[in-house]
Amino acid sequence: MIDKLMMSLQFPFVRYALIVGVLIALCSSLLGVTLVLKRFSFIGDGLSHVAFGAMSIAEVLELTNNMLIVLPTTILCAILLLRSGKNAKIKGDAAVAMISVGALAFGYLLMNIFSTSSNLTGDVCSTLFGSTSILTLTQAEVWICAILSVVVVVIYILFYNKIFAVTFDEDFAKATGIQADLYNLMIAVVIAVIIVLAMNLVGSLLISALVIFPALSTMRIFRSFRSVTICSAILSVFCALSGLVVSIAAGTPVGSTIVAADVLMFFICQIIGAVKGGIRV
Amino acid sequence: MALITVKDLSLGYEHRTIAEGISFTVNAGDYLCIVGENGSGKTTLMNTLLGLRAPIAGQIITGDGLKRNEIGYLPQQTVVQKDFPASVYEIVLSGCQGRCGFRPFYTKSEKLLAHQNMERMGIEDLAHRCYRELSGGQQQRVLLARALCATRKVLLLDEPVSGLDPVVTEQLYKLIKELNEEGITIIMITHDINAALRYSSQILRIGGDAA
Ligand SMILES: Nc1ncnc2c1ncn2[C@@H]1O[C@H](COP(=O)(O)OP(=O)(O)OP(=O)(O)O)[C@@H](O)[C@H]1O
Ligand SMILES: [Mg+2]
Repeated sequence: MIDKLMMSLQFPFVRYALIVGVLIALCSSLLGVTLVLKRFSFIGDGLSHVAFGAMSIAEVLELTNNMLIVLPTTILCAILLLRSGKNAKIKGDAAVAMISVGALAFGYLLMNIFSTSSNLTGDVCSTLFGSTSILTLTQAEVWICAILSVVVVVIYILFYNKIFAVTFDEDFAKATGIQADLYNLMIAVVIAVIIVLAMNLVGSLLISALVIFPALSTMRIFRSFRSVTICSAILSVFCALSGLVVSIAAGTPVGSTIVAADVLMFFICQIIGAVKGGIRV
Repeated sequence: MALITVKDLSLGYEHRTIAEGISFTVNAGDYLCIVGENGSGKTTLMNTLLGLRAPIAGQIITGDGLKRNEIGYLPQQTVVQKDFPASVYEIVLSGCQGRCGFRPFYTKSEKLLAHQNMERMGIEDLAHRCYRELSGGQQQRVLLARALCATRKVLLLDEPVSGLDPVVTEQLYKLIKELNEEGITIIMITHDINAALRYSSQILRIGGDAA
């Protein structure tokens, strides 16, 4: 098994997969904490479906680079959803459900009508579950993922204190002159970017898991925002790496193996949390 | 020019008006107490002053170049989710955020200020505890320390002594008075009429017939 792994590492696409996997796992866990605490996890779910719809349009148009359509569409929807989520008159989650299910149906329909591919079910399946897509990344895609991930991490570090203030108590933040709306908007845009990135790794149906599991796991054990953020990043990277390694060695689908690792970690953290009653850090 | 001038203000939610015809002025260095029975609209008035909700009618004019990030605020209730991981120190320090503008990190002096205010509220030893595991009175003190961090010109307090024991209540009134003497303008909602009479320079009554 080790031999097989070593041999695989000689292929550039395997190395790309590992690099991109780690970066994406890092990004997705960072905002997971905010998403979970702001009760926005449903937005992540909705956006991933939107990204699927956009992906099908891109596929139908046969663009060389899908990101050109998927990224702007998802960002736009993130902003729209955030707006509607705040508006008490239109129920936020109803709007999300409408958009996400609509995008899913529309995307599949488009692919069915226009696709020239002989293996339609396979295409759809890999967009939804990410099956092997991470192993088929081109060098250009690796670069885009790497650059976007670094941008996300830098933004997160620079705005960490503001994100905390807005997440903890939005009213206080607004009352004391913090531009909460601006930062909410920024959070929505960054989430959209992360979702589009993560789609490469685990496919659109499993993104939410990648985003919320590390946060939920560490929140069981740690008691300060900073330790939860740092540890969920570490946990997420660890799960992504082990998931990737296992999937390469055992030939299992990448996305579901990573998510399985996240779920396993969640239960381990539950147990630790229950036993220790929380470490105070 | 007064710090805050309120002219003929009407408060309410959607189409239901709760209080109308509220007019008063607050000058720099004033100590204003707002009293009134439950549900008369005191909290709503404060939220409107803070710009968290729009007035139904009337005007709020700020003067003396008062900026939003010079205001400290203690909410009556902070709905913090049960599972929010945040240490006391992180929360108190977040009161300094308004001073930062677009600067990403806190300065040494802001961190010092957070420690000083925790000391003032007697919660220095709780600094690394998790907020949601504290008692109601301890939580109130954490939020007060955060409000003090944000205060540079005006401090708005919505029932600051609710949930505090008599000793801390007395300390808090003294502290607020000291701040007032240092030149901070205080606007405080309270049900404690005796304290209002003893410390404040003006009393505003909301609701009833004297509105
Ligand atoms: N979010 C809301 N939507 C609709 N009505 C509200 C809302 N919040 C408060 N109210 C109503 O507005 C009125 C005034 O509420 P407010 O909280 O301002 O009272 P208060 O004077 O602060 O009372 P207390 O002394 O209990 O704190 C009440 O009748 C209340 O039912
Ligand atoms: Mg009130």
